[in-house]
Amino acid sequence: MHLDHSHDGPRAVSADARRPDGSRRALRIGLGGPVGSGKTATVAALCRALREELSLAVVTNDIYTREDADFLLREAVLPPERIAAVETGACPHTAIRDDISANLEAVEDLEDEVGPLDLILVESGGDNLTATFSKGLVDAQIFVIDVAGGDDIPRKGGPGVTTADLLVVNKTDLAPYVGSDLARMAADAKAQRAELPVVLQSLRSESGVREVAAWVRARLAAWTA
Amino acid sequence: MGAGAARRLDGVSMGGVRATARIRATADGRGGTSLPVLEGDGPLALRRTRGSGHEARVMLVGAMSGPLGGDRFRIECGVGDGARLRVGSAAATIALPGQVKGEARYDVRLDVADGGELRWLPEQLICAGGSDLRVVTRVEAGAGARLVLREEQVLGRVGEEPGRLGSRLTVRVAGRTVLDQELGCGPGAPGGWDGPAVLGGYRAVGQLVVVRPEFAKEPVPARVLGETAVLAPLAGPAVLVSAVAEDALRLRRVLDEALAGLDA
Amino acid sequence: MSRAALLVLADGRFPAGGHAHSGGAEAAVKAGRITGAASLETFCRGRLHTAGLVAASLAAAAVLGADPAELDAAADARTPSPALRVAARKLGRQLTRAARATWPSDELDALARRFPKGAHQPVVLGLVARAAALEPVDAAHCAAYESVSGPASATVRLLSLDPFDATGVLARLAPDVDRVADQAVEAARRAIDEGVDALPAGSAPLLEIGAEAHAAWAVRLFAS
Repeated sequence: MHLDHSHDGPRAVSADARRPDGSRRALRIGLGGPVGSGKTATVAALCRALREELSLAVVTNDIYTREDADFLLREAVLPPERIAAVETGACPHTAIRDDISANLEAVEDLEDEVGPLDLILVESGGDNLTATFSKGLVDAQIFVIDVAGGDDIPRKGGPGVTTADLLVVNKTDLAPYVGSDLARMAADAKAQRAELPVVLQSLRSESGVREVAAWVRARLAAWTA
Repeated sequence: MGAGAARRLDGVSMGGVRATARIRATADGRGGTSLPVLEGDGPLALRRTRGSGHEARVMLVGAMSGPLGGDRFRIECGVGDGARLRVGSAAATIALPGQVKGEARYDVRLDVADGGELRWLPEQLICAGGSDLRVVTRVEAGAGARLVLREEQVLGRVGEEPGRLGSRLTVRVAGRTVLDQELGCGPGAPGGWDGPAVLGGYRAVGQLVVVRPEFAKEPVPARVLGETAVLAPLAGPAVLVSAVAEDALRLRRVLDEALAGLDA
Repeated sequence: MSRAALLVLADGRFPAGGHAHSGGAEAAVKAGRITGAASLETFCRGRLHTAGLVAASLAAAAVLGADPAELDAAADARTPSPALRVAARKLGRQLTRAARATWPSDELDALARRFPKGAHQPVVLGLVARAAALEPVDAAHCAAYESVSGPASATVRLLSLDPFDATGVLARLAPDVDRVADQAVEAARRAIDEGVDALPAGSAPLLEIGAEAHAAWAVRLFAS
């Protein structure tokens, strides 16, 4: 592999932390997880929480073109030029893991067109429990599951639940209605993930996305340090 | 067939008919267009018809059916700065099988100078069963030239298997090729020509090319014209309307509507 | 040269963005023109002998050292549909990225500088083959094969077509792919002597028309 800069011109390698002009590129955080677990709602909430203090943008990976991007546009969480949609050819996990080229193009175009940016959130299309982001695309990843998807998901594990830098158990407000045991989910997650953090959140509650936003701020502080 | 006999009586070699027509249109200095060159004969006879306004009009009058196998037809048409010319044909051109083996060839060479305008609107080319024709149309347009060019190919007469057709259309504007398209169809054409990627069973196919200098500043957006036609801005000051249709009539309707839309 | 480099380049898993494109198959499926293995085969055969031959010739000419900018302009002239030009440049840009990390080369760096938003994919493919020390016929094979493998794998997803049927289609097309690759190399050699106008220009009206219709859909699975 060719990881140095002996060849000039636009950079070839995705993991480079510097842009062609030498400036630091934006921190890229991926959000993955099953369909309906609340990834887009979490992205929207993060945008609202962080947009005053940070320059940020979002890349969505839809199964059907632009649905998530259109949701974010409708909700007006960011100006439209800060939201880019990547088309995934019915394989959202491929676009974030096996062949990240279209997503890299999208994040670089955003930095070129609306930058400089501090943070880019890359949302995966709703997929399955095995879908994770390539390290060539994102610097850290959040895996979002929800209580309604079954309280045995943390116990079952899988790459997303086990290895994501942050696990979010979403929609805790629904736990009583769907018979999910929050304490058990938290304990199972802890067992699967050792020291890696877990956040239980309800976007309907007063605290909302606060804990996840705090985690993002901490990652960003480490990135720019 | 009768035409074949006539051909030999004309003293034409067994290699098929060779015919060339030439048109040269120039500004007449009084706001009109004159035709200092207007020559053609046999299968490529030309008539000047009543023009409209500053525009001169020429009609291509096929004196016999053709081209047949082995024939070589060529039309050269030049339009100078300030001249406006419209060329049509009196009837469809029918490619027929000839007594001479080998393909027939039809070359069209159009030159439109900067400041000239050409409307090249012949009737359809019908590829009758057993015919074998290669058509090559080359357009050289100056940077400020205006052009409307229509080509329509009909594969076979009614209820007939089509002949073989190879048709290439190249349009250059200011020395830069903005369109280069080749269509191969009929027996012996590369595989899949009648399949879902190429003609999909449609028997009429057409191209309308419009070159206008103002497209450079104000590109026309791409537009889908029904299920089987599209208006596409090219990489240059030109658009292509590309269409397939069940028959010549429907094809013409789509191309006419597209042109009217551009003129509106 | 390493023949295995061709396998790396032609592998459907080579990370250059192809998986998100159907090569016109999604539009043809929606229009009812591809309904199963038989119509997929005719579709692919038609695409191979038109867009596939053009792509293979461009790629072979790039390996032979033709000017990439001239080839790119020739590709534009042979691609009337703006949606297809956009898709070809997108894929070209993605291939440039993947190839520069895989087979570093000054020519690819220069291409990336000259076409920051991407050159037409077949032109890039030819330069990548050059960087990987492959032959013109290798690049032509790769381009010709891609012109049919993309629609075939997309149709598996779109119609839930039996993947064995789709693979059978590709196997039956193999002799045509060989023929197209040979024609492409011959045309590319001619283009080196006579200029890029000598390259084939096969057009497929329904692909062009379908591509523009597809680009206007609000909901679709594939980017093209």
